[in-house]
Amino acid sequence: MTVPVEITINGKACAGEVEERQLLVHFIRENAGLTGTKVGCDTSQCGTCTVQLDGVSAKSCTVLTVQASGSSVTTIEGISDGVDLHPLQEAFWNNHGLQCGFCTPGMIMAASELLRNNPSPTREEIRHGLEGNICRCTGYQNIVSAVEDAAGKMGGR
Amino acid sequence: MTTRIFGSGIRRREDPRLITGRASYTDDIKLPGMLHAAILRSPYAHANIRSVDASGAAGQPGVVAVYTGEDTDGVLNGLPCAWLIPGSDLKTPAHPPVAKDKVRYVGDAVAVVVAESRYQAEDALEHIAVDYEPLDVVINPKAAAQDGAPQIHEDVPNNIAFTWALAGGDTDAAFADAAVTVGDTITLQRLIANPMEPRSALAQWSAATGELTLWNTSQNPHIARFLTCVVTGVPEHKIRVIAPEVGGGFGSKIPYYADEAITAFCSMKLGVPVKWTETRSENYLITTQGRDHIEEVEMAATSDGVITGLRTTVYAGLGGYLSTASPGVPTILHGLMYSGPYNIPNISGTVYGVFNNGCPVDAYRGAGRPEATTLIERLVDLVAAAVGQDPAEVRRKNLIPKFENGHDVATGITYDSGDYESALDSCLSAAGYEALRAEQAQARADGRCVGIGVSSYVEICGLGPSQVAGAVGFQGGLWESAIIRFYPTGKVNVMVGSSPHGQGEETTFAQIVAGEVGVDVDDVEVLHGDTDNTPMGWGTYGSRTTAVSGAAIAVAARKIKEKSRALAAHLLEAAPEDIEYEDGRFFVRGSPDQHKTIQDIALMANVAWNMPEGMEPGLEASAFYDPPNFTYPFGAHVAVVEVDPETGHIDLQRYVAVDDCGVQINPMIVEGQVHGGVVQGVGPALWEGAVYDDDGQLVTGSMLDYALPRADLLPEIEVHSNSTPSPHHPLGVKGIGEAGTIASTPTVYNAVMDALRPLGVTRVDMPLTPEKVWRAINDARNGG
Ligand code: FES
Ligand code: FES
Repeated sequence: MTVPVEITINGKACAGEVEERQLLVHFIRENAGLTGTKVGCDTSQCGTCTVQLDGVSAKSCTVLTVQASGSSVTTIEGISDGVDLHPLQEAFWNNHGLQCGFCTPGMIMAASELLRNNPSPTREEIRHGLEGNICRCTGYQNIVSAVEDAAGKMGGR
Repeated sequence: MTTRIFGSGIRRREDPRLITGRASYTDDIKLPGMLHAAILRSPYAHANIRSVDASGAAGQPGVVAVYTGEDTDGVLNGLPCAWLIPGSDLKTPAHPPVAKDKVRYVGDAVAVVVAESRYQAEDALEHIAVDYEPLDVVINPKAAAQDGAPQIHEDVPNNIAFTWALAGGDTDAAFADAAVTVGDTITLQRLIANPMEPRSALAQWSAATGELTLWNTSQNPHIARFLTCVVTGVPEHKIRVIAPEVGGGFGSKIPYYADEAITAFCSMKLGVPVKWTETRSENYLITTQGRDHIEEVEMAATSDGVITGLRTTVYAGLGGYLSTASPGVPTILHGLMYSGPYNIPNISGTVYGVFNNGCPVDAYRGAGRPEATTLIERLVDLVAAAVGQDPAEVRRKNLIPKFENGHDVATGITYDSGDYESALDSCLSAAGYEALRAEQAQARADGRCVGIGVSSYVEICGLGPSQVAGAVGFQGGLWESAIIRFYPTGKVNVMVGSSPHGQGEETTFAQIVAGEVGVDVDDVEVLHGDTDNTPMGWGTYGSRTTAVSGAAIAVAARKIKEKSRALAAHLLEAAPEDIEYEDGRFFVRGSPDQHKTIQDIALMANVAWNMPEGMEPGLEASAFYDPPNFTYPFGAHVAVVEVDPETGHIDLQRYVAVDDCGVQINPMIVEGQVHGGVVQGVGPALWEGAVYDDDGQLVTGSMLDYALPRADLLPEIEVHSNSTPSPHHPLGVKGIGEAGTIASTPTVYNAVMDALRPLGVTRVDMPLTPEKVWRAINDARNGG
């Protein structure tokens, strides 16, 4: 059984016929071909699949594609054109906020939601805000610095 | 002109593709006609296979093929163990990629389905019927070594794969004469490495050319090629292994796994590309785990706290089979480090490598050294308590005094350089140790449970001299190679056989070249990970990439410089000995205006219009670097904790690290390695542990149950460093990848035990979860 869906991803309409059980993360990766969004677990724990769904951050492995039909999704590929970086991307780069980079897209997507809700968070608040995203490489410290730095540069944007 | 790029914390060139989601990891790659594999895994930890009936899966939607052990038997060879430690009576029982007769841990592969989609392949697994005859199970490595334990491999009595012994000095006499002896049993529990990227393999076979291409989440693509050849029989020169972007490994992406071989088998059978990617649940079951030690240890000392002897008996769990490097980890990388940074004249140890019905165990960040450092540091604290002295002081009086070029220890190895006391001093002063002890005394007086942990460590890395590798049974070399190639425009490619996967060596390697020959760092591109365009190398693990591969690059760069000097002399019509070099320019001594830049040289060498007699065209150099010794980074760490005696909750309040990894190429990257390393060692002290039940089922089978460190659980790590160059390394570097992990487990463990000491608690196994700590406190209160 397949169902037709149409999801706007990074401003572009993506239509497809998908199985009802397909996870949104697989639609993004397989159907839309956007592999910046990662699959790090199968129990909704790691946060590597984090995207924005209608402007709110969501773990795309916990959403069915059919549930997201008609919605709009922003992935890591959509927050900048890849040349002019988003302040969070720039800050992750400047603060060595990543090593292997596998958690990074999800981390940046989660951080952007965090800053929207709290434009000038303390380091403690950043740590709490990111507890749903696991990074095995960095020990988080430079990620916290990156988010703090970006918050300063974004000035509450 | 170029700034001092070598030694500066420039940001990483790896990052733009990673922060924008444009990097390609193995599972991101899609090939035309690609099919998907899913592997059926044993639900039993130990069972005979009576029969496998795969017929039900064959007709399922999308299914293209189903294979069992009957199909792979005789086609795929067994998975080899590549570290055959000598003198240990090592048994190497067969390890078929697909189990046919018997399964030995939950997750052992039994069959594979290839289908048009991953969903279909996984669905079809349910239609394979396997008739198992369950057998008794053993998990605890000490229990597994006893008479009467379930026997996992027919030809391995008592499940003992090897017995490795170490003796230096006269330990028995040291203990007989000792005024003070202390002892403990320390469990270093099984750990799950948890790189955030699950393992993946994509195989593409071409029958027309006989070539097999394997994209693989590997830390060592050249070893993967070699072992793919051994297992599949495809000749080595017809195999191309590509480790594209790799999302962390921590040792778990060193081994060669059944899954890679099975994926290659499927592609070779079907003639189309086949991809397999593990789920996280599978990763927890099948991707090699770390540690699994039970250590019975004792230390002898004088009444003044001078250590005179160390004695150990270690049961090291190996899991159901030997993994690629597993025998070397609890022996060579562990026992040889028993002296730590101390003068310990008498050391003996016996390590039993024991099969048990868990996931195979292999190198995990620190590999053998955290297990050694933890037991040493625990014992030093017990000695301090026994003689009534401050733990830092007892450390200080036992540290090997500063040395710059070689120090022999009782285990038979020679440390390269060390200044352990400076590291300890720096750490104590950064932590404000005296004030901390005063605060602790006050807190205790107020009834609060505050603990301070100190540890000194030295580790062995930069693996290593190939002759030593051979002598200790490693079935390969441990050198590295590099090619540096200048193009006519002065741009440079550096090709290396090692394969960084998060450590940032695309940046640090470019810094080495920039530092040596004065090109702009942005003019250097580092290639790694593809066996077709990189020279042979042994890979990225054991904190060896910068130490060994970096040395190869430095040596090759110096060859470039010498050729450039000769060519510059020719072009400037001067004698080579009159040519001076500074910052990318070669000039005639005394007249800096008369010069050629490295770019001028690169152009001329490439067009070769005007070369000196007998000089070959081109500006390219390669180097094979085989280190004369290992490198021995060291340091000292301090942790402060407060334990809530009513709940057993531990608050890690401060963590101070002083590491000495020799010369630093990029301090920002060094600091990042320390952050990540420390947190990976704090995890097992406080939260992490793979738990199997008595039936061999993994209880901590997901990230829900296996407690990984999260951002909100950690304090800010205070990182400092000293720099004692390695005397034998061309750049003086040592390595920093594992240091934090090696030091932080014992530091935090000691801190918690220090907090609990006034309550009468003498032993709690790691991880120090609130429940265990609370129970230990209550037991002690109840006189237990
Ligand atoms: S993939 Fe881990 S939370 Fe979605
Ligand atoms: S950078 Fe590797 S998991 Fe975060």
